[in-house]
Amino acid sequence: MKEIDRAGLPVVHVAAIVPISLAVGANRIVPAVAIPHPLGNPALPKDEERQLRLNLVKKALQALQVEVEEQTVFEE
Amino acid sequence: MGKYRVVHYLNQFFAEIGGEEKVNIPPLVKEGAIGPGRILQQALGEEWEIVATVICGDSYFAENIEEASAKVVELISSYQPDVFVAGPAFNAGRYGVACGASCSAVGKKLGIPVVTGMYKENPGLDIYRKEVYITPTSNSARRMKDDIPAVASLLRKLGLGQEIGSPQEEGYFPRGLRVNRFVDRTGAERAVDMLLLKLKGEPFQTEYSMPTFERIPPSPPIGDLRSATIALVTSGGIVPRGNPDRIESASASKFAGYDIAGLDALTPAAYETVHGGYDPVYANEDPDRVLPLDAMRALEKDGTIGKLYDRYYVTVGNATSVANSERFGKAIAAELKSAGVGGVILTST
Repeated sequence: MKEIDRAGLPVVHVAAIVPISLAVGANRIVPAVAIPHPLGNPALPKDEERQLRLNLVKKALQALQVEVEEQTVFEE
Repeated sequence: MGKYRVVHYLNQFFAEIGGEEKVNIPPLVKEGAIGPGRILQQALGEEWEIVATVICGDSYFAENIEEASAKVVELISSYQPDVFVAGPAFNAGRYGVACGASCSAVGKKLGIPVVTGMYKENPGLDIYRKEVYITPTSNSARRMKDDIPAVASLLRKLGLGQEIGSPQEEGYFPRGLRVNRFVDRTGAERAVDMLLLKLKGEPFQTEYSMPTFERIPPSPPIGDLRSATIALVTSGGIVPRGNPDRIESASASKFAGYDIAGLDALTPAAYETVHGGYDPVYANEDPDRVLPLDAMRALEKDGTIGKLYDRYYVTVGNATSVANSERFGKAIAAELKSAGVGGVILTST
């Protein structure tokens, strides 16, 4: 991820454990749902789960369009 | 005089409760030493007694760090420990975070010495090294017997209130502290000595090492998403069923890129995860939960993004070395750049 950033490509880390993402040096971070299902939630009905994933991906895309100076966590 | 009272933290695996199916258990406490605690008990000697072991599932802890830490403190305080020790965690990331966080919380709330052990690339190290004494270990539990004596010896010293020397003398990871002391020679003289050694190509010991964790300046944002190509990358191990490139489930030595042109979603019949260390049931039921192809395709269709790149890249992040990860990242970045990709979503489990 850092190598992709170093190459000048904006990259957003959708990460289950934000402290680890911060420790390894991600610059754009979107908190995910949980380790075994970062972009899903098996407890939800299928259509609600799809909506949840769509919202997370939209948030990640939004993070790619924001200028950041330092490590930034894009919360709710 | 009674024995010194020790409480030990372990994850579900080392506490012999279970493997990946038990990673979600909340903190609980058991009397006495368990598993690695027995080796630790031997190393500590007869004046010390592991009175209790506190246990938590790795995922439960990593996903509820504050709550789990508070619960650990609550569970162990009735045992009135003189010292607290966690792990060692070797190169297990979630376990390392749990060991660091539980030590940090116990040290702050109960005011007793705390020690844990980790491999130098464990992400828990950089998060907690300033607050917690962490001894270096190997990257695998196979070396448990070799790694525990250092943990025990530092724990004993701290418990007895003995003076703790520098990280080099005592064998723990530097905590980023500066300690004032009197020396015979001025800073200028010492600096010139170091410079002369460096010029001669001889080894020298700096008095203030710079942090080594490299930061990359953030890349500029994407201008117009509607004309940009976005790529998906994951460390979550989603591969075509059968794992054609044989990506390892831990300590990966390779990454792979797979064609997703024309696919609307990842089906369980065609894709699966090979990532070790997390419960694969949810990812195997619907691989989009790790690699959100369905959502990206929908956003491509409605024009939110210009295009979803025709390939995705995958490796397994489980205990994979920093050196390998850098190598994968460089190669992936080069391929994406030459393909004209404008931005990347990287998902991690």
